Amino acid sequence: MKRIGSSYHGIPSWVFVIAGVGGLLVVLPLVAMLAKVNWPQFIPLITSESSLAALGLSLRTSAASTVLCIVLGVPLALVLARGEFPGQRLLRAFVLLPLVLPPVVGGIALLYTFGRQGLLGKPLEAAGIQIAFSTTAVVLAQTFVALPFLVVSLEGALRSAGNKYEAVAATLGARPTTVLRRVTLPLVLPGLASGAVLSFARSLGEFGATLTFAGSLEGVTRTLPLEIYLQRETDADAAVALSLVLVAVAVAVVGLSYGNRQRNKPVEVQP
Amino acid sequence: MSFEFQASLAARNFHMSLNLSDGETVAILGPNGAGKSTLLGVIAGLLRPDSGKATMGGATNGNSNRTLFNLDGGTRLWSPPHLRGTALLAQDALLFPHLNALDNVAFGPRSAGASKRAARETAQHWLTEVEALPLAGRKPAQLSGGQAQRVAVARALAAEPELLLLDEPMAALDIHAAPLLRRVLKRVLQDRKAIIVTHDVLDAYMLADRVIVVESGSIAEEGPTRRVLERPRSHFAAGLAGLNLVTGTLTSEGITTPDGRVFAGRHDPEWSPLPGQAGVAAFPPSSVSVFPGEVHGSPRNSFPVVITDLEPHGDQIRVRARSGASEQALSADITPAASADLGLVPGMDVRFVVKSALVSVYPS
Repeated sequence: MKRIGSSYHGIPSWVFVIAGVGGLLVVLPLVAMLAKVNWPQFIPLITSESSLAALGLSLRTSAASTVLCIVLGVPLALVLARGEFPGQRLLRAFVLLPLVLPPVVGGIALLYTFGRQGLLGKPLEAAGIQIAFSTTAVVLAQTFVALPFLVVSLEGALRSAGNKYEAVAATLGARPTTVLRRVTLPLVLPGLASGAVLSFARSLGEFGATLTFAGSLEGVTRTLPLEIYLQRETDADAAVALSLVLVAVAVAVVGLSYGNRQRNKPVEVQP
Repeated sequence: MSFEFQASLAARNFHMSLNLSDGETVAILGPNGAGKSTLLGVIAGLLRPDSGKATMGGATNGNSNRTLFNLDGGTRLWSPPHLRGTALLAQDALLFPHLNALDNVAFGPRSAGASKRAARETAQHWLTEVEALPLAGRKPAQLSGGQAQRVAVARALAAEPELLLLDEPMAALDIHAAPLLRRVLKRVLQDRKAIIVTHDVLDAYMLADRVIVVESGSIAEEGPTRRVLERPRSHFAAGLAGLNLVTGTLTSEGITTPDGRVFAGRHDPEWSPLPGQAGVAAFPPSSVSVFPGEVHGSPRNSFPVVITDLEPHGDQIRVRARSGASEQALSADITPAASADLGLVPGMDVRFVVKSALVSVYPS
């Protein structure tokens, strides 16, 4: 602890004990994993052909699904936060469903939508487009599970910003699209950025829906989490080394979004 | 008429109609919740009434009337806020926090399709107008309340609104910042169509040609600023002007209140009274003397009251009291010494005596 707060915090001391246990539950497994890392072989392990293929695929698909989350999630968050229409609460509940749904279930649902015998898959197949068990399927699976993170984060930012600035901008003669581009989006940019970062992190870690809907083809659908799961059976050292890579990426992502928030401190008013 | 407006919104008990001629500034006065902000919201297009109609006359030749909305007779014409030409300036400056002062002011011209450069030149012009050009490069967070509000005035004017709506623009400012903004507003509102909602009588005097007093969703009285504040007919306007107001029926020498008390006073010389007509008697608290004890008989301009409050008012004590069955609020200003001599306390029964030479009587 760097500094002991001078103001009264009112937290009973036993709360600190339980909070400490909670913290340990998260930190201890990471420490245990660190202890298991085969450091002399670390670089060769994570730069093996299959590892690099999985890492590259993971980064590419996660970037693609983050873009898709922004494209679809911004309008969703806008209509949920600002719109007034029948079924709004129901729509919100459904958009948030993937947060609590087991990813395997999501994968099965996607399979019955885009699979060869699926709702949309059949006509798409007739048109010569096959989605299931392709890289596109990986991106769709990741978007499915990551979208709620962006929507929740952005909807919260939109709600707390209110629409006072938008009303003023409109009376100044700005069309709704201009208001969205020049006022709304800049104002909620921190919320959008942290939502995008969370979506990226969720996409990167996606396993269940991807395995069910996209399978595990090396270089095509085998992302890093799938590679780790496979390696664990045959080469535990490689699995641990790759896990550490994912932990490092996750820490970087969280650090990035936290750093973002720190920079938005108010500036001193000058007379 | 250049701007004509009439609207009803049942959910807020709002029923108002008003007209503005070219270059006219109207002050809307009224207690909190009277419907002042509702009025501005409906005009700006941010709030939809149940029924009503509003048109804006052409800026110069008057032959191109624009309909802002028309919800009467089955039509559902509702023009969106950005097509109305009614810039709204609120109590908070609401400058866009991510843009500096210059780009905030350039926002209106940019939205109207001006190039970045032309918009910035317009913005510099308006920043100069509100004495804020040196602040052009600052972000809103680096501006004081008064500075931000002046930049907001420039931003509203740069959008070239046909009608400027000001919703208590001075209310959030400290007393040191308000005079400069008031001076700026006085200059820029000259020859400009504007509606200013305020509860400061000074704003009405300095900025408005005409005053509209609203009470519980409708117009209580209106007229030239000077007349409304010198000859108030509503209790709210009388309160703003610092006058006591008693309503009753006109007689040849004054008025008679509903509970039968006679108020003698001076009639307006420009007007000959018609006995039996409804009228008011207005008098300043300084014309009222306070006496202890019961009233015997019913002498003129003397009536029993119950003291409700005592408060300092300049170097005087303001005695607030209620009178008669109507519980009418009246006040008297007396010296602290007199107050101490009489031992005045809230709840005490005393007598107010008003000098008839200082009572103005006119029809309501």
